[in-house]
Amino acid sequence: MTTAIELGLIYAIMALGVYLTFRILDFPDLTVDGSFTTGAAVAAISITNGINPIMAILMAFVAGLIAGVITGLLNTKGRINGLLAGILTQIGLYSINLRIMGKANVPLLGEDTAITPLREAGVLGGPVGIAAFTLLAVVLALVLVWFLHTDTGLAMQATGDNEKMIRSFGVNTDNQKILGLALSNGLVGMCGAVIAQYQGFADIGMGIGLILAGLASVIIGQAIFGQRTILIAALAVVVGSVLYRVVIQLSLEVGLNPNDMKLVSAILVILALVVPQLPFFKRRRRTRVRKGEPDAVLETPGAPALATGAPGTGSFTGAATTTTEQGDR
Amino acid sequence: MLTISSVSKTFFAGTVNERRALRGVDLHLAEGDFVTVIGSNGAGKSTVLNIVSGDLFPDEGTVTIDGRDVTKLQDHQRAAFVGRVFQDPMAGTAPHLTIEENMAIADRRGRPRRLATGVTRSKRSRFADELATLELGLENRLKAKVGLLSGGQRQALSLLMATFSDPKILLLDEHTAALDPQRADLVTRLTRQVVEDKGLTTLMVTHNMEQALRVGNRLIMMHEGQIILDLTEEEKRGRTVKDLLGEFEKIKGATIDDKTLLQ
Repeated sequence: MTTAIELGLIYAIMALGVYLTFRILDFPDLTVDGSFTTGAAVAAISITNGINPIMAILMAFVAGLIAGVITGLLNTKGRINGLLAGILTQIGLYSINLRIMGKANVPLLGEDTAITPLREAGVLGGPVGIAAFTLLAVVLALVLVWFLHTDTGLAMQATGDNEKMIRSFGVNTDNQKILGLALSNGLVGMCGAVIAQYQGFADIGMGIGLILAGLASVIIGQAIFGQRTILIAALAVVVGSVLYRVVIQLSLEVGLNPNDMKLVSAILVILALVVPQLPFFKRRRRTRVRKGEPDAVLETPGAPALATGAPGTGSFTGAATTTTEQGDR
Repeated sequence: MLTISSVSKTFFAGTVNERRALRGVDLHLAEGDFVTVIGSNGAGKSTVLNIVSGDLFPDEGTVTIDGRDVTKLQDHQRAAFVGRVFQDPMAGTAPHLTIEENMAIADRRGRPRRLATGVTRSKRSRFADELATLELGLENRLKAKVGLLSGGQRQALSLLMATFSDPKILLLDEHTAALDPQRADLVTRLTRQVVEDKGLTTLMVTHNMEQALRVGNRLIMMHEGQIILDLTEEEKRGRTVKDLLGEFEKIKGATIDDKTLLQ
């Protein structure tokens, strides 16, 4: 179980990238499946060629960055539908990843990786290991939160929220999308590099279906903790990623086959998307603010919440307010 | 400040749906001019606005803002000089961002956006002061998401965001049309106030002739892609909606007569 938590914390890096595109830019980016493996491949080959493992992680970040830029260019300059642009990059990357690795699997046995010190100290799978990976995930989440509050980050948030508006304030939305996709896939590539070192190999198939794990982490985390602020939303993604791995671990423990895990992932995502729409959960929302939908609430500051919410829902202000917008953003 | 010279625009050129939206429009706005634009549907009012903003590019002619030819600049490049308020109250603000974040975005208009913190303490107090001028109490709700505001509040905020960083040109595209009469009056009042205070060069499209007469120092009427009437402040003083309709019928009748003569 501690291994599942550690894995969840590492995969949270990827989930933060998915959060950036899926929630902030409102762009369902399927590049992830490819760029994750690219990051792992770059790191594995770098390490077997004697490059410092931390340096290898940075190189994986840059490799992911480039993959994101390609998807961004296809979508903005090539005017290709976002889903298709991601799929095209992902498929293309499969061949590139094989070229980088030279074969389908690159083992890192006996190599010095960034994980080696932890392993040699015997702290993997224990509280210290969990603390180390928590630190990594939370620091990256905080960097992302900081970025999203800068002038550039606000412009990126607005690009996903109201493109017409942000253009009218002088922002080139094409550049914002390319930048967002680059950063997102940079994180994903970085995650691939850490995972390769953690499990001791890079494999051509390691990214397949990974977008589902990313989406599941974002959706599960934010369904539970909400996304009232960027900080809450980003930390929710980290927790969501851990929860996802725990659920996978539990399904393995009840006797499901590892090959069943893709189906488990798909069902998890479907549940996380559908369950909040059920009437029982719907009543618990104070407001539902939709893009372009005439607002209904708070005409005057003195009349909170009564316009749409049923009486008695006033106590569900905090996290419940915005937990249920996933269909909209 | 703003010069549109011999601008023509045809939509769907060369097809059966070909529509000549603008036919050689010339318009010059001096600094501080507040021009209202009226005309029937399809007269070309919005096309003029979209050509100034860079949403559309003219087939012929040029657009000059403050002596600079901006004809080939895209909308986001022109945004450094142009503030806009759209007809849709939802269009001018980002609903999932807070009031202060929206203000911070507007504050960077025409300046590079880097990695400085978007909302700082000093900016926050400046935003609160600006919001207080709206007298809607929004200065006390800086951290509220804009999506929680009413249409009128959002449009008032859009107006503030479009103007407080002093654009060279302010474009208002029927920005009160989607509001109820009371809110429309509020936004109209705020518009007059801010344009007067800042001396903004303004082009306002409206369907409301009464509003067009009441607001601004100049009125132009468009019909079939041309400016058919251009009234100065003195000329429009004392005129009524009925007078305008009369003028319109007269000119429209004349153009029809010309056409019949030519046939």
